[in-house]
Amino acid sequence: MHPIIKLVSQRLALGLLLLFGASALIFGLTEALPGDAAQAVLGQSATPEALANLREEMGLNRPALTRYFEWLGGIVQGDLGQSLTNKLDIAESIGKRLGNTLFLACAAAVVSVPLAIFLGLLAVRYRNRWPDKLISAITLTTVSIPEFLIGYVVIYYVSVKLGWFSSLAMINDSMSFGQKLNAIALPAFVLTLVVLAQMMRMTRAAILNLMQSAYIETAELKGLSNFQVIARHAFPNAISPIVNVVMLNLAYLVVGVVVVEVVFVYPGMGQYLVDSVTKRDVPVVLACGVVFAAVYIGLNMVADIVSILANPRLRHPK
Amino acid sequence: MNEQITHMAGQVTAGKMTRREFMGKAAALGVSAAMASTMFADAARAAGPKKGGDLKFGLQGGESTNSLDPATYASSVPFQNGKQFGDQLVEVAPDGSIEPRLAESVEGSADAKVWTFKLRQGVEFHNGKTMTSEDVLKTMQRHSNEDSKSGALGIMKGIESMKADGDNFQVTLTEANADLPYLMADYHLIIQPDGGMDNPGAGIGTGPYKLEVDEPGVRHLFTKNENHWNSDFGNFDSVEVVVINDATARTAALQSGQVHAINRVEPKVADLLGRAPNLTVHSTAGRGHYVFIMHCDTAPFDNNELRTALKYAINRTELVDKVLRGYGSIGNDMPINAAYPLFDSTIEQREFSIEKAAEHYKKSGHDGSPIILRVADGAFPGAVDAAALFQQTAAQAGIPLEIKREPNDGYWSEVWNVQPFCASYWGGRPVQDQMYSTAYLSTADWNDTRFKVQAFDDLLFAARAELDVEKRKGIYSQMGRMVRDEGGLICPMFNDFVEGISNQLEGWESDPTQEMMNGNVSRKMWFA
Repeated sequence: MHPIIKLVSQRLALGLLLLFGASALIFGLTEALPGDAAQAVLGQSATPEALANLREEMGLNRPALTRYFEWLGGIVQGDLGQSLTNKLDIAESIGKRLGNTLFLACAAAVVSVPLAIFLGLLAVRYRNRWPDKLISAITLTTVSIPEFLIGYVVIYYVSVKLGWFSSLAMINDSMSFGQKLNAIALPAFVLTLVVLAQMMRMTRAAILNLMQSAYIETAELKGLSNFQVIARHAFPNAISPIVNVVMLNLAYLVVGVVVVEVVFVYPGMGQYLVDSVTKRDVPVVLACGVVFAAVYIGLNMVADIVSILANPRLRHPK
Repeated sequence: MNEQITHMAGQVTAGKMTRREFMGKAAALGVSAAMASTMFADAARAAGPKKGGDLKFGLQGGESTNSLDPATYASSVPFQNGKQFGDQLVEVAPDGSIEPRLAESVEGSADAKVWTFKLRQGVEFHNGKTMTSEDVLKTMQRHSNEDSKSGALGIMKGIESMKADGDNFQVTLTEANADLPYLMADYHLIIQPDGGMDNPGAGIGTGPYKLEVDEPGVRHLFTKNENHWNSDFGNFDSVEVVVINDATARTAALQSGQVHAINRVEPKVADLLGRAPNLTVHSTAGRGHYVFIMHCDTAPFDNNELRTALKYAINRTELVDKVLRGYGSIGNDMPINAAYPLFDSTIEQREFSIEKAAEHYKKSGHDGSPIILRVADGAFPGAVDAAALFQQTAAQAGIPLEIKREPNDGYWSEVWNVQPFCASYWGGRPVQDQMYSTAYLSTADWNDTRFKVQAFDDLLFAARAELDVEKRKGIYSQMGRMVRDEGGLICPMFNDFVEGISNQLEGWESDPTQEMMNGNVSRKMWFA
């Protein structure tokens, strides 16, 4: 078998095992939280009778292990089950929200990844001169400010004062692609600012590291322009660390944007997960957790494979 | 100038001039913006409601876990949803009287035990079926039967039997209750086809708007129900309830005109927000109150001297100023205020007094060990700050309070109604009887102060059966004094509903029962 196919299948198997472990861990942790879905739903208005009735209806009277394996049995057959609290089909709800989350993440990634790499290259080209310092200063500032604050500032100036974009990034099926892009402009912008710095700094560091190598000197002596040297000779060898950090940031764009979702009222996965944890809606928490874990594992796998493909020594092991 | 303004107002009334035009022309005549705005509002009001437009709410209090099943309603967004697609039998009017909705009239027997609701005929559900007394009966059964999990279960307890009888729905009570119509106005009791027995979360009712889109925690879209039984209700083509849980995002959405009405304006920004030219901040005195509750049956709170000492040790005015920023009023250690019918305003207000607190504390003989007060931000907005202020003033009287901060998550199940001294809030009820029966009757599930006094219970039952208004008022006054002087409730303040409404909307009226004009914004307001 080709070593790469072997590696991918190994990783996939390991990934599945990890997912299983993650689901068990999430289930255990939600069980350990005080209270249950019945109490959370009834809140201050809980009477003992209503609690008992609701627990019975939700099936919370059965032992935890039974409930976990029932859920596991369902998910193996592709059935995510029903939400405990509002009885809606989880697969359908998650499908919509995951679609929204991926849409926002993609939009932010399409802007931020090329921009970060380009800025990184630019910073190397003019290292220790004013463009380098300016790029670093700006990106490090935006990453250091809490994202809700950037969000509020952007809303205040762009939405309330100038009225250019809506502060409510609500999208739905009846909107055209262009309308959707318009709606998510502000959150995508904020997310771009948030993830830019790490990718930019990593690109800069990885390439600077290589700039000392002998073959770079050769390229310079050949008379190539400065930027060509960086883009054509240094960058391909720096791909591995850059891809790693890019994947890490992509994963963040998918699983870590709950604050931006709340500020811009965006119907993504983050708010869905937070609400479900608050209401102890275990099947939904599990489903969200598994999706998030799968995204993380998947993106890391992609990073590994790309690193191998980008490195001839790993691609053709002796 | 006056003539011209009058003429323009006439134009507005006739629907020939928009707000923008009016404001522009008024400004040209040298009328200040605020003045012109008032004039326009008066003129538009005179014109009466106009139909049309798409109303958008931006509301806090919605989660992705919300259901449309009225039995589960516990927060603002579900409450608002219910008011769009559903009707109760009766509604509490802004002035505290009972207003007919799906029942045309209500009649009680002489002993206030048997109540007959005469139902409106020809009312259609959104699924095309005609409402019958069977639907009403089944709705009430679903909220009151043994396996009910309804938020209205508590108020349905006193019912002995119910029956559907032609055009009438009849309730027989185990004990007399002159306030029964108020209980039937509860927002959970939306009449559903077949009582919602088969599909409680379908969102089908008789209300002025029909459900189009249901995305819990995101938005709920309703469109005009052309077949509503009252064509005066519901002036908009569509109503959208957008869930905006973040306070800053909510105010920004209102300011930039993306929504027309928001709830829970934070008191600290309310003044600033009110200065924006395109909206009005309405502050409505309600019956909701922020409280600290002590269990009267648990040491050291089983000692009334200690309870009284703590009541004197809290600076109510300071709390209203600092925690509510003036958007509220001081409480008097009873759950009732002037927003209730039959309130006795002559009950003496308890004032902040270090001397009296110290005196009662000394009499209580407390050993001086720290008194633990449990609190979380989720108990009420600003609860932690309120507790800190309380701690300071108590310390001046020599009472050692120790604040224990609890997580919001699980507060209502682990701390409230479990721990002997904690922060809490009450939303208030439409009538005194309901408030006292819910939380001060010896046998009440939510008797969160463990106030168990036989004489008080007797008075409560006596008041229910008393149809003479003056006598009832007297009984309630006596009960209020009992809770104030012997109860476990420290009630420093009643909070207002603070809401932001776009100036495009006309027809606002204050309603103390619930927020957003008791959920009637979409029924009663209109676009100018």
